[in-house]
Amino acid sequence: MQRQRKWDPKKIISTIILFFCSIAFLLPFIWMLSTSLKIEADVFKYPIEWIPSRWNAVSNYQEVWFGDHPFYLYYWNSIKVAVCTTLISVVVSSLAAYGFSKVRFPAGAWLFMIVLATYMVPPQASLVPQFILYRYLGLFDTHIGLILLGSFSVLGTFMLRQFFIGIHNDFIDAAKIDGAGHWRIFWRIALPIVRPAVATYAILRFIWTWNDYQNPLIFLRTDALYTIQLAMQKFTTINGSFYTLIMAAAVSAILPLLIVFILGQKHVIDGIALGGVKG
Amino acid sequence: MASNSVSTTEELHQSKKTRKSKIEKSENLVGLLFVSPMLLGISVIVLFPIVATFILAFADWKFVTGIDQLQWIGFDNFIALTNDEKFIKSVINNAIFIFTVPITMICALFLAIIIDKNVYLKSYFKVAFFMPYISSVVAIAVVWQVLFHPSQGPINQVLMTLGIENPPTWISDPNFALISLMIIHIWISIGFSLIVYIAGLQSIPKELYEAADIDGANSWYKFRNITFPLISPTSFFLLITGIIASFKVFDLIAVLTEGGPLNSTTMLVWHLYERAFLDLDVGYASAIAVVLFLFVFSITIIQWIGQKKWVNY
Repeated sequence: MQRQRKWDPKKIISTIILFFCSIAFLLPFIWMLSTSLKIEADVFKYPIEWIPSRWNAVSNYQEVWFGDHPFYLYYWNSIKVAVCTTLISVVVSSLAAYGFSKVRFPAGAWLFMIVLATYMVPPQASLVPQFILYRYLGLFDTHIGLILLGSFSVLGTFMLRQFFIGIHNDFIDAAKIDGAGHWRIFWRIALPIVRPAVATYAILRFIWTWNDYQNPLIFLRTDALYTIQLAMQKFTTINGSFYTLIMAAAVSAILPLLIVFILGQKHVIDGIALGGVKG
Repeated sequence: MASNSVSTTEELHQSKKTRKSKIEKSENLVGLLFVSPMLLGISVIVLFPIVATFILAFADWKFVTGIDQLQWIGFDNFIALTNDEKFIKSVINNAIFIFTVPITMICALFLAIIIDKNVYLKSYFKVAFFMPYISSVVAIAVVWQVLFHPSQGPINQVLMTLGIENPPTWISDPNFALISLMIIHIWISIGFSLIVYIAGLQSIPKELYEAADIDGANSWYKFRNITFPLISPTSFFLLITGIIASFKVFDLIAVLTEGGPLNSTTMLVWHLYERAFLDLDVGYASAIAVVLFLFVFSITIIQWIGQKKWVNY
């Protein structure tokens, strides 16, 4: 038996209006996708051909991925950097978050204040000495250097700490009486409980690293090490007015994120909502 | 006999104390072990460089010349800043750019109220409006660059069809370049504010609205007297994080305008980047970094004080 659903006419009208708003919002993406499938001569045709009349998708994407500036290489670089940064950052942040919330040691409180204080520093304010330091340490123009830059996140530590605090101390004490050390408690009890928070943070960190343009721009020189964002910019400069190619590159740069986002949609949105409401 | 028993209690007490301090000591060590990777990383990557920034701001040093050429020049860099037209223009542009924050917030709150109460397909709308926020700024900037194309771009073609004979040339027009960047920035940021606002709206108790309904209040009255005051912590959070984020805008400038035309889109971070990495002028760039730091720092202080004072919880 089908359940009768009551359709509220007022709600339908606002849904329709909002739907048009959202389409207007998405138009640049739609335009990007449709242009990437066209031939160059049709790009600026007016009225806009949303569905291409003459298709050139295969050759556009082929040029982007396997042409003179092969995107598969930059993709691999980006995946490497984003995955490593995310992994290291999650490990470092959750260790620190546990230490700052569940190990009761006197130095903890003021060490945490120091860590929080660094969050006030705008990243660009420490850029110049970072650059000089990297030159001296030989980390300049390496992926390891780039990965390390994103691996120590105050935000991640703070966020995960909030969740560790939510775990009742009786839990921890009971485990201690049973003879478990902090390492075991962290690994076997605390971390599994906060797994959703870790997932949220990991997805956000991946997205931020993937999209980062400034650090690769400053800390990488060698073309073969470029991440997708740098490659995108270089590709645009070189291909000047080949808009179909540029749009195919843009689609390629955004697509993996979109997949990560849609898969982890609930985590991302909940995480941002939570962070915002808590402040 | 009596003295004996006293000594045993004392001994007991003593041993308890040492045991306790032993546990404390080991807790201390364990705690330090847990937080040490983070502390080490932050010291090397953030703390040491920011201290160095403050020191280098008082030096005259081109990076290429080697450290022995470094000269201490006191406040000369800061004095030079006050005569640097591009720097002053950057500060003004940063100030103008702050207007994106309230505009983003108003649009987001409006959308959030509709999405929270009055629509079907809620999650579709959340994702749709959030898309620009998760997309890469470089790719987005490139798309907008073509959309804003002066003669052939879709935006101007639409404007011309609507009867506007000489539409602005957007990012290549000094009078419109900053506004163009602001439009794109708002478009990117709305999704984030929207999600935060929806969460904020959901935390307002439904009973308040029901009570107002019984009293026959209209929507505007409910918005002004219930929604707006109760959402104020969220608004305050968005205002502060928005302003801080507006100081960090770099990618849009780097990809779209490189500070031009005629310095109309230069901002502190861009000016810093140019002086540091194109001119390799370490001292001067550090002075700009100090100013940037002080701006963001004072906003954070306002946040600290404001959270206690102005916000209705």
